[in-house]
Amino acid sequence: MSKALKGVVVSHGDVGSALVEAVHAITGDDRALVAVSNEGCSRDSLGLRVSEAAGDGDCILFVDLPGGSCLLAAARFQREHASTTVVAGVNLAMLLDFVHHRDAAPSEAAARAVKVGAGAIRLIGE
Amino acid sequence: MSLDLVRVDDRLIHGQVVVGWGRELKPDLVVLADDEVAANEWEQKLYALGVPPAMRVEFPTIEEAARSVDTWAHDSCKTIIILSDIDSLQRLCNSAPIIRKVNLGGVHNDGDRQQHLPYLFLSEAEVGQLRLLAMRGIEITAQDLPNSEPVTLEDLL
Repeated sequence: MSKALKGVVVSHGDVGSALVEAVHAITGDDRALVAVSNEGCSRDSLGLRVSEAAGDGDCILFVDLPGGSCLLAAARFQREHASTTVVAGVNLAMLLDFVHHRDAAPSEAAARAVKVGAGAIRLIGE
Repeated sequence: MSLDLVRVDDRLIHGQVVVGWGRELKPDLVVLADDEVAANEWEQKLYALGVPPAMRVEFPTIEEAARSVDTWAHDSCKTIIILSDIDSLQRLCNSAPIIRKVNLGGVHNDGDRQQHLPYLFLSEAEVGQLRLLAMRGIEITAQDLPNSEPVTLEDLL
C-alpha cells in the first residue's frame, strides 16, 4: 500500500480546526487531517502556512469556499505540486469519509470527496 | 458618482470584499487593479471564481485603471476598486485625482510593518505615503467591513 494521503483543511477563521476536531471526536483519527486558517494572513503568509501544512507528500487541500483567499492559496500550491488535489466546499461528511479512504490516489480520493460531500447535502422533510 | 469604494486589501478579491462590501454596496463592477494579476490570466480566473455572477470583474494594471477611473466615477454602474498595497494606492491617486476617499481594508505583516489595527500593519514609508495623500485632501479611513466602525487616519496614527 502506498503512503496514506494527508488532508489539509484551509479555511476562514476557525472553521477548519472545528471540522478537524469534529472528525477526531467522531472517528478517533487525529493524524489524517490538519487545519490551516487564513486569520491574519496576507496572500504570501497564507501560502506559507499551506505549504508547511501540506509538506511534500500526496495531499488533498480541502477549501471552505470556491473562491477567495483560501482557494487562491490552495490553487497556487497545487500548481507547483502535482501530487496535490484541491477540493472546494469542504464539509464534515466528506472529511469523515476521507479519513477511511486515504490509500487512494489523490485524484481518486478528491473525486470521492466531492461525491460524498455533495451527497450529504439534502433537503429534509419535503 | 458611482465609484463606491477604493480599497487597499492585500487579499484582493475575497470574502470580505464580495460578501461583506458586496452585499452592502451591491456593485455592478469589481475592478482588481494590480500589475501582477493583470499579467497573469491563470490568477485572474481564480479571482473571478470568487465574484458572484451579478458582478462583472476587470483586471487592469494600475496605469490602465488610472485611465478609466473618470469613466467609472461618472458611469451609472456602481464600481469598487481593489488594490493590493499602499504603493498601488499612491500611484492610482497620483494619476486619478478624482479619487477623494480611500478605504484601508487589509494590509498584513510580511516585513517591518507596525500593527495599527488587527487587520492593518504599516511600515514607516507607507505611513508617510498615506500622510501625503491625506495632505492632498483625500479622506483615508480604515474599515474592514461595512458594519465596523471606520477609523480615521488621524486616529490610526
